[in-house]
Amino acid sequence: MPERESMDFDVVIVGGGPSGLATAIRLRQIAIDRDVELTVCVLEKGSEVGAHILSGAVVETRALDELLPNWEGLGAPLNTPVRKDRFVFLTERRAIPFITPPQMHNQGNYIVSLGNLCRWLCEQAEALGVEVYAGFAASEVLYDDMGAVRGVATGDMGRKKDGSKGPNFEFGMELHATQTVFAEGCRGSLTKQLFERYDLRSGVDPQVYGIGIKELWEVDPAKHHPGLVTHTVGWPMDLKTYGGSFQYHFDENLVSIGFVVGLDYSNPYLSPFEELQRFKTHPAIRDTFVGGTRISYGARAISAGGFQSIPKLTFPGGLIVGDAAGFLNVPKIKGTHTGMKSGITAAEAIFGVLQGEISNPVEANEYPERLKQSWVWEELYRERNIKPSFHWGLIPAMIYSGIDKILLRGKAPWTLHHRPDHLCVRPAANCKPIEYPKPDGLVTFDKLSSVFLSNTNHEEDQPCHLTLKDEALPVALNFKKYAGLEQQYCPAGVYEYVEAEGKMGLQINAQNCVHCKTCDIKDPSQNITWVTPEGSGGPNYPNM
Amino acid sequence: MKILVAVKRAIDYNVKARPKSDGSGVELANVKMSMNPFDEIAVEEAIRIQEAGIAAEIVAVSVGPKQCQETLRTAMAMGADRGILVETDEEVQPLAVAKILKALVEKEAPGIILLGKQAIDDDSNQTGQMLAALLKWGQATFACGVEFAGEELKVNREVDGGTQSISVKLPAIITVDLRLNEPRYVKLPNIMKAKKKQLDIFSPAELEVDITPRLKLIKAEEPPVRVGGVTVADVDELVDKLRNEAKVI
Amino acid sequence: MAVLVLAEHDNDSLNPATLTAISAATQLSNTIEVLVAGSDCAGAAAATAAVTGVSKVIVADAAHYGNALAENVAPLVVELSSSYSHVLAASTTDGKNIMPRVAALLDVAQISDIVAVDSESIFKRPIYAGNIIATVESSDRIKVITVRTTAFDPVSSEGGSAAIENIDAGADMGLSRYLAQDLTKSDRPELAAADIIVSGGRGVGSSENFAIIEELADKLGAAVGASRAAVDAGYVPNDYQVGQTGKVVAPGLYIAIGISGAIQHLAGMKDSKVIVAINKDEEAPIFGVADYGLVGDLFKEVPNMVAALDK
Repeated sequence: MPERESMDFDVVIVGGGPSGLATAIRLRQIAIDRDVELTVCVLEKGSEVGAHILSGAVVETRALDELLPNWEGLGAPLNTPVRKDRFVFLTERRAIPFITPPQMHNQGNYIVSLGNLCRWLCEQAEALGVEVYAGFAASEVLYDDMGAVRGVATGDMGRKKDGSKGPNFEFGMELHATQTVFAEGCRGSLTKQLFERYDLRSGVDPQVYGIGIKELWEVDPAKHHPGLVTHTVGWPMDLKTYGGSFQYHFDENLVSIGFVVGLDYSNPYLSPFEELQRFKTHPAIRDTFVGGTRISYGARAISAGGFQSIPKLTFPGGLIVGDAAGFLNVPKIKGTHTGMKSGITAAEAIFGVLQGEISNPVEANEYPERLKQSWVWEELYRERNIKPSFHWGLIPAMIYSGIDKILLRGKAPWTLHHRPDHLCVRPAANCKPIEYPKPDGLVTFDKLSSVFLSNTNHEEDQPCHLTLKDEALPVALNFKKYAGLEQQYCPAGVYEYVEAEGKMGLQINAQNCVHCKTCDIKDPSQNITWVTPEGSGGPNYPNM
Repeated sequence: MKILVAVKRAIDYNVKARPKSDGSGVELANVKMSMNPFDEIAVEEAIRIQEAGIAAEIVAVSVGPKQCQETLRTAMAMGADRGILVETDEEVQPLAVAKILKALVEKEAPGIILLGKQAIDDDSNQTGQMLAALLKWGQATFACGVEFAGEELKVNREVDGGTQSISVKLPAIITVDLRLNEPRYVKLPNIMKAKKKQLDIFSPAELEVDITPRLKLIKAEEPPVRVGGVTVADVDELVDKLRNEAKVI
Repeated sequence: MAVLVLAEHDNDSLNPATLTAISAATQLSNTIEVLVAGSDCAGAAAATAAVTGVSKVIVADAAHYGNALAENVAPLVVELSSSYSHVLAASTTDGKNIMPRVAALLDVAQISDIVAVDSESIFKRPIYAGNIIATVESSDRIKVITVRTTAFDPVSSEGGSAAIENIDAGADMGLSRYLAQDLTKSDRPELAAADIIVSGGRGVGSSENFAIIEELADKLGAAVGASRAAVDAGYVPNDYQVGQTGKVVAPGLYIAIGISGAIQHLAGMKDSKVIVAINKDEEAPIFGVADYGLVGDLFKEVPNMVAALDK
């Protein structure tokens, strides 16, 4: 494509989240330290760094301490240390306090807005000479003649709905790099292509996922307990469905509340969005939010496969870091520290290969080697059997987890395995429809007024970024057999079955999309492919 | 000829603003900020005028905190040649902005000044007109079409119920409306180039402008929630009520 | 002290928007004087003198006031202003064009688009596209104000008998010239500037069916709008869209037909003065904001309404 211009960098990083920014920062630190030239570019599809970041979040500072030991002096937005951990089992009416499992203890950790932490990391990166370009989506992987990755291209801007060039059309740019780092987060759209192309998932378990739905509230000061961390399991999930909630009190009267549902759920009538709304009606939960204001809303899929789902991390010309590779520690409900550590480790390995004899193609084999020696590997190995044990249901899983954690200390001589989430859904005919309560407009809300608070938007006149391999399949299969499950699982009201002139059709409201990637994961026939929309489209999360 | 184009850093148009819980102002912490969309149209128009060979240089100006440098860099990435930031952390109201711009006009001597018709934060719709008054220049507000005719500008304006065309003598102020043009996308290499363009910084004091606010914000609150009215039985009742009760038709 | 209102007119008659500015002025003073600057504007002056509550009409009649050019009108207002505590105009394109020029010449702030008068120096005005209402206090000796026309009930255009005083015209500043006006009376008005908007939603069902929305709009001289659902379904082009990502509108009358009333749509039209909803689903959220709701089949009710308007 001769029309496209190109720019050259030593390293291009796709994604301005914690792992991508940690990679960038560490690379420039080493370069400055050794006094060598090294150009590093970060591409971020959100309108700014942080715009698409959504997390709980309680952050363990281990990786941050290694990356920027003086983070406190540099003004990192870690303002609320965890003061109290609560772990509660809910029944429909009651809340039964449990002993907090050891991996869920949070002493020394901080409750943060991960979006704001990323905004701050971006400032640090730019101060070190990293070029950060927000509002540009990497939409295509570029390969050289030998089949190695040689960079990425950003998407075209100004294409119309039908694919033709609009009045302000601009071709995307090619960004060439000796090493390209994929830090796209969970279910990255380019990472997914790399898995196929380089067969990176052979010999490992399929990745499994959860969807996290989060709201940010400003609550009555009398009900605010800075530093309080509460996790629940049980109601409103049935005992067979993996899911739980989090509630973090932080900053000035802010409370993050969220619900995570394992995407291996089987009932197509289940709506993760409605589960969060229903959860808030619990007598032990509701009161915190009465009289408060909901400020923001959003959703994001997370990788839950853990140790046994980690793919091969490198390929000629590049590597994968962060949750794109699946470094989330699910039982601990944390991944920022592991993601950042993977970025730091990758940066060190990349620096090594860039300084050595550059033989084409370059593969940073040292990265997985170093990571295996690090605390990340040990931590993930230890927790590997907890999530899969939940296939047996909540109670057996909790018993098993207790044995695995406490008696065996994670050293069980076996490893439990995963099944892909999209195969777990059962036909609607075999399932019971779920009656969700109507929103009260005070504590619980409908989907569209929720999406409103994500500040999401996409330029309207552009090709739909939710692509169908087979246009007929949604009605023929999903609607008929699975009760149109995408209407339920999509937290943004993107998918709607609409009858027009006596004919049922799937309407895709792509503008509403919050980039959570659930449809790409859960569609039973893997018919939906999420591709990057025009740069800067998507949510604009403040303080999420 | 030189064009001066004023750009304001404002809350991004996709973001819903909300009042602070104590009503003392608008919550802007960690909220995405961008160039005021009307100002983007002004920058685009300046570039088109330059591309048509009518203007030699485009100077983008912003007034506000340090972060306005980003807004100026965006203007320069679009095509402005250099930037001037009048930096202050104080609130600067339209009259004070107009006075600052006037001081810069005296330094820069532009032939045209382009501004957005209003900023989407305070929705004042004043600065361009005020600047024209202070400079004793002609003003073409709410422009949806700009044409050069010798020493004059022919400007189509969006007015209530249609459009109007006027002619203004140069030098002149133009404030732009939505339909004037569609701003171009910023290209990646141009962002890099923009980082190297000249950006001068002044303080209001250096320009000898008093920016003391004239309006004091007493309270910022959500608008009252609208409540439903009556249900009518049929269209006859509806038309009757619209005619005789609401008096809107 | 007296209050001065700048009249908007076409030389023959008074623009009704001015009646709302006078209405706001009545909350500030009992003495309201109105400036009619125009060219052969005796008709507009007489109409203004008949308005309830007007104490005096001041007329400046000269060719260069014929088209309300800000460069010429503003100095005239400034000249007069010293004997007034407040100078008001309706927040129309002319008002918005002229008044900031007046304010700057007086070295005072302008208070734009007020929706309420709290006291003689404290006013409410919408900011952030109406998402926030700001209460502001002015410390200036003369308050220059534009008035949101939908926020005040107009005073009666009859019943008054104010004295008419002619004053000398100021100079023609020669900075700008009026060329032409294209007021699309016959065609439909622009969404953003329309007094009445008729909008259709997904309930309209198809692109062809939108003709009945258009018919009603034309009957009322209204603009045609649409909800995002109708735009997404391809019934009408994107520039019809009213709502958060489309246009924010605040007409005097907004008629929502077959629109359920998602928050995204409500955000775009909730500042309308009067909202009418026609929808077959009586649970539709749109009824929660409508002043007048009609539960029924739009394909029957809308043609009926067109017929009823002819009666």
